[in-house]
Parts: sequence; structure tokens; C-alpha cells
Amino acid sequence: MRIDIRDIHKHYGSTRANNGITLTVKPGTIHGILGENGAGKSTLMKILSGYIRKTSGKILVNGSVCDYHTPAQAAKLGIGMLYQEPLDFPPLTVLDNFMAGQTRGIKNQKDFFRKKFESLVDHFNFTLNADGAVEKLTIGERQQLEILRLLALGTEGLILDEPTTGISREQKESLFQALKKLASEGKSVLLVSHKLQDAETLCDTVTVLREGVVTGSVDQPYDAGAILEMMFGVLPGTPSRSAVEYGETVLSMKQVYGSGGRTGLSNCTTSIRQGEMVGLAGLGGSGQEVFLRLAGGIKKPSMGSIELLGEEVQGKNLHAFKKDGVVFLPASRLEEGLMPGLNITEHFALQDQGDGLFVKWHEASGTAQAKIKKFRVMGTPESAVESLSGGNQQRLLLSLLSKDSKLLLLEQPTRGLDVESANWVWWHLHKYCLRKTSVVFSSSDLDEILMVADRVIVFFDGRIVKDVKKDETDIDELTRAIVGKAQ
Amino acid sequence: MSEFNLTILLASVVAGAVPILLATLGETITEKAGIINLSLDGSILLSAMTAFVVAYETGSILMGFACAALAGALVAAVVAVFSIYLNQSQVAVGFVLTLMTRDLAYFLGNPYSRLQGPSVLQHPIPLLSDIPFIGEVFFNHTFPVYLSLLLIGLCWWYMYRTPQGLNLRAVGENPRACFARGISPAKIQMFYAVCGGAFVGLAGATFSLCTKPGWGRPQGAEGTGWIALALVIFGGWHPVRAAVGAYLFAFLQVIGIYFQNWFPSVPAQVFQVAPFPLMIFTLLIINFVQKESAIDRAGGKAWMKSILGTLSGAPPTALGKSYRPD
Repeated sequence: MRIDIRDIHKHYGSTRANNGITLTVKPGTIHGILGENGAGKSTLMKILSGYIRKTSGKILVNGSVCDYHTPAQAAKLGIGMLYQEPLDFPPLTVLDNFMAGQTRGIKNQKDFFRKKFESLVDHFNFTLNADGAVEKLTIGERQQLEILRLLALGTEGLILDEPTTGISREQKESLFQALKKLASEGKSVLLVSHKLQDAETLCDTVTVLREGVVTGSVDQPYDAGAILEMMFGVLPGTPSRSAVEYGETVLSMKQVYGSGGRTGLSNCTTSIRQGEMVGLAGLGGSGQEVFLRLAGGIKKPSMGSIELLGEEVQGKNLHAFKKDGVVFLPASRLEEGLMPGLNITEHFALQDQGDGLFVKWHEASGTAQAKIKKFRVMGTPESAVESLSGGNQQRLLLSLLSKDSKLLLLEQPTRGLDVESANWVWWHLHKYCLRKTSVVFSSSDLDEILMVADRVIVFFDGRIVKDVKKDETDIDELTRAIVGKAQ
Repeated sequence: MSEFNLTILLASVVAGAVPILLATLGETITEKAGIINLSLDGSILLSAMTAFVVAYETGSILMGFACAALAGALVAAVVAVFSIYLNQSQVAVGFVLTLMTRDLAYFLGNPYSRLQGPSVLQHPIPLLSDIPFIGEVFFNHTFPVYLSLLLIGLCWWYMYRTPQGLNLRAVGENPRACFARGISPAKIQMFYAVCGGAFVGLAGATFSLCTKPGWGRPQGAEGTGWIALALVIFGGWHPVRAAVGAYLFAFLQVIGIYFQNWFPSVPAQVFQVAPFPLMIFTLLIINFVQKESAIDRAGGKAWMKSILGTLSGAPPTALGKSYRPD
């Protein structure tokens, strides 16, 4: 399928998300769309998939102008999109998700669709069980399901919006293999990403967007420096690190069991020392998130003992954890971290509540202003937090943390952030380490963990299968450990 | 009535549960599609009044039922239109409608108060009603009873075995994803809100033409809507479990009447009120065994997990939220 995008504009009020974008996707190729957060990639893709309407411009499919404005119409033309947040139905089964939107009428067509589904699963070597519940799947598996569903609809032009965010290395490889297969079958694939590596390993052509316009289009082989310059204007630096001396043990767990997530956490024994930066690796939902929540006092262990600064935490509530300087930042910033509906000043007012009957608005707005400047949050004290971009939400969350925190527990702190924002986050967290704060974070990106952590703990199926210093391991060993093949 | 007879007890539970069962099934359908119709209590009264007046004037009971279903569907349609097309809060609109339809029912029905009207006759089902015990309990009733029994199975089959039912459940979970798949959330929500409303209307008609024949103020149907709303939650948004809840509630009410006779020294009000706290207590127990820790304790026992699994029921994810396209 050949897709020509001609001079697409999308305006939201005075904001121009897309400002005259023109590009061509050739049949049988994988076309990368690169750009940092807010460059207009997702907007363009949602227009192409019929999910949102364009302000002006033309889309040509196989040479003829097509005017469509719903996903259903796009699907008829053969265009399907895998959205950044999976648009599926978690409480329903895999097969029900696969069928929804494809079946009509009153007749139960489960057998027909089961056959179709299973043959597609075999074709791509995926491991999906038709009768499992989608809420038990990892993000990577949910993507696989969605891709199969789109293909079953007869999709010839497949759009993937940030598909490599939040999935394991192995899932990424299986995804890339599937995409290569699709391209070799003559289908066109559009891959949206803010990660240069993805484009380098997969794409035949890359188009770079910045602030709603195309800043360049290049073919293999790529000059990474040139692409980065197209993305950012200036090259972002990598975070620098200096050695940190470790202090006493901050957190120690002995044979801890906990429930929740896909696998729960079983028989976890480990300890974290002051000033350590520890990366938690593993497939999504292998026990990392339970570990972080137990350590942060959000969840109670069903067995075992947890000690904070040498003191048993049994029977302590969340408030006591907070007093001890333990902080947990969840992956879903807006749902669990911030309070949508309140603005930045109100967040600080809530944070620094003193005694007294009245809110000290003057102080709060002063603090907000200072922190916005210091943490370079793109917003005003009056900005509602849900209007901030993901990177700015993370900066705001970090700005709300107390300076004398003893233990920072972060769940995927750079999820969905572009390189520049991520580097800033790591630089900021490193400063905490220098002040003897321990930082424990989970990440689905092994390269990132190896870049910033001092020590790596690998989780598999709810257990710790590897716990090593960064210098004593390499990416292959960790990759094996993640899928349960640690020696 | 002081003599205890299990057959009569169960038969009166099956008959007495019908209005609450119909209303609960209707609301389950509506909520499964993501719309909360809080106007239940008022719309039951309005449809009860409609059914009685129409049946009285036309002499046709069937006409009464049809018009009552229409009235229930209309009230539900108002809630749905305000939510889907005008982006208003379902809760607020539902509450106001509850009060409005109740007063409307009393006002319009006033001339028909305490009149002797038609009521549904008993139609034992040939052959089936001759089966000992079962025949007496299930097949020696009026047609609304048979309808309600049929609808339990039909609702389940439709929701879980047909493509249309899949769409219905999908819309309640994630309207956005439905839109992306070419299913129109607005149309589906509208359709099932109206369907559920029609069920509620039938519930009202069953009251005034069958369970407590006649019209007056109070009619006797007051409060049923609220119980039905609670039973939907009790049933975990599953039609069969909701039906079990409705029968349990009816059973508690009927047994209360027996207890009144057995313990005349206890004030009658105690037995009238008792079903309500008992339902809450049951809910508490169900939720307790659903808790993660309880499932943990079941450990490796697969059969325990599957039992606990069937007991659990989460609300449709998008329940009560107005869907706005991006």
C-alpha cells in the first residue's frame, strides 16, 4: 500500500500540532516517524487512522484521494493503527477482544474466529492463549493481540505508535520480526518512536518531525548525529556520573512474599544501601512493581520481614514510611501520582500544609513559581497538571519530593519521556545519590538500566533471579536472566 | 399461614420476585453498556401507573404492559440522551428524574386511585405444572413469572454468547476502543439504555397488574427501584447472579411474613426491615471472600479459585462516564 500525506494541518485553537506535513510511505517498507515528545507524531498518526479529523490537507491511498474521518472508514481502506495506550477491553478474554468489532449479527461465531486467531498466532510465532484474560497480559502481549486483530481485518497499512515503550527486549525482537515479515509480504508499516535505536534497526526510511513540521527524511544507512540534530536542533548530552560511596543499609527484605500484579512476589531477600542506584529489570509484571509497593509501604507483605533503617516495619502505616523518608513514584503519573483537576500551586499547597485554618496561598504560589523555574517545568503555577506533557508531569513529581528523602522508589521513571527529559531525570536522581539517598527504579529498557544503575536486580516470575553489580554483568547475561535462563 | 409449607413458600418467592427481578435485569443491561439509570424508583411507579390506567381504560392487560414498557423506555431514553448527546451527569439527571416521575405518577394516576381494575390471571402450564413440587413452584403462575424466568436465561445468552452481546460489554468497558473499531458507542449505549428501561417498565406493570394489583398512593412499589440498583451491584453486573440476588431478597421478604406469625411478640416492623441489613451482610461476605488475600489463601487449589472467580464481579470500567470523542 502506498500512502501519500500532503500538507496536513491540525490546529487545536492556536496550537499547531501539525503544520503542513508531507511524506510518502512506499509499499513493502517500514517507515519510521521520529521526533521528541510533542513533535506531532501521534497527532499525525491519529489523523491517518481516522481517529481524529485533520484541519486541512490531503491523504492519498494508492494514488487516489481518500476523504475519511472515522477509524471504521480507514479500516475499509486497509489502514489500521496500534495506539500508544492499548485500546482494548482488559476484563474480556483474548478471543473476545479479537472478535470485538469484527463480528456482526446474533450468531455465535467463536469457532470461526478461534481458528482465524490461532492460525495468525502460529504465523507470527506469538504465544497468546485465546481463552486468557487480557488484564493478565503484559503490554507487549496486548500489542501482539492488537496487531493480529488489525491483520485479520485486512490491514495493508499498519501504524504503530511507540510500540517499543514498556515491552521487554524479547518481545521487542519478536515484534520487529513480525513487522519485517509484514513488510516482506508487501504491507506498509509506519513506526512512530522517539527512540533512535528502533529506527536504526528496523526502518528503511525515517522521517523526522519537530514542532509539527518535517525537519528531514533519510534512508538507510543512517547518520545518527544528523538525525538527532533534526530531532532536537541541538544534541542532548548523556548524563555524567561520579562515584558514590555507599553508606549503611536502608532497606532490607527477608523472605518476603506479596500478592498482586501478574505473578506476585515470592521469597524475596535483598538489601539496599545508602547512595545506591539500583535498577530492577524483568518482563512487565514479574514482581518489580510488587517489590516497589512493598518497600514503599503501599502494600503489606503476606509473609516475611521488611526492615527500614534497621527497624521492622510490620504494623507501620504509610504515614510512618513517609516520615522515614521513603517515597514511591508510580508509573501512572496522572492516575496515582498527581491529582488531575488541581493546578501546580494547589499541589504545593497540599504538600506544605501547615497548621492553621487557612491555606497559605501566597507561600504556595511562591514555592510553585520557584520550583517551576528550578525544575524547568513547562507550565505556569495555574496550569492544571493534566495539561502538562508526560516529561513535565515527571519533573513536577520530582519537584514535589523532599530533599531529605532516604529512599526513592520509582516505577518506570522515564516511561514515555524523550531522550532529553530522561537524561534530565537521571541527572536529577544522581544528585540524590550523592546526598546518600538510595534510588531504586524499575525499567523495561535494559540499556537504560546499564547506563545509569550501579546494581541490577532481575525479576522473573515473581522471584529475584539475579542480583549483580553493573560492572560484573553484560546485556546478554541480563537478557537471559529476564526470560528465566539465569545460571 | 402459620403452617409451614416449603412448596408454597418457594412458589410465592418465585412469584413475588418478578418485579424486582425484571428491574434488576433491566438495570444490569443498561449498566453493562456504561449508563447508570438512577431514575429506577420513579420510573417503576410511573410505569405501574401507566399500566394500570391503560389496562383499565382499554380493558387489555397486554396493552397495559406494552405502554408501561414504553414509559420505562422513555424515561431511560431521557437519561441516555442527556448523557450521550448533551454530556450531562447521569447521576444528577437520574436523581431528578426519580423524583419527577414519582410525582408525575401520583398526579396523573390520582383519578384512578383505589379503583377495581383488571389483573393478570393464572395460567398453569399444561403438563409441566403437573410435575410434583417443581411444577407447583415454577409452572403454576401468571405469564409475567414465565417471562421473567425466560429473560434470565435470554439475557445471559445474549450478553455472553452473541456478537451483539460482545459489543454491549465492550462499550461498557472502553467506548474509545469501540470507536477505534468502528462500533458506535453512542448508538449502542442509547439502544441498551432504552432496552433496560423497557424492562423496568415491565417491572412496574407487573406490580400494578399482578403482584399488588391496583393503583394508589402509596402503591406498594416504592423503594423497589433502589433495591434493584443495589442488586445490580450485588450481582456483579452478571444477569444470572443478579437474578439470584433478586430471589434471595424476595425469599427474605416472604420468610419475614412467616416469622411474623411465629413470633407475634416481636414488632412486625423488625421483619419488614430485616431483609435490607441482611442483604448488606451478604454483600459483605461476598466481598470478603473476593479479596486478594482470600484468593491467596486458597493457594494452589484450582477449584477454590474458580469458585471465588465466579463470585467476583467488577463494574464495567466506563460505567457512569460520559464518552466524548477526541
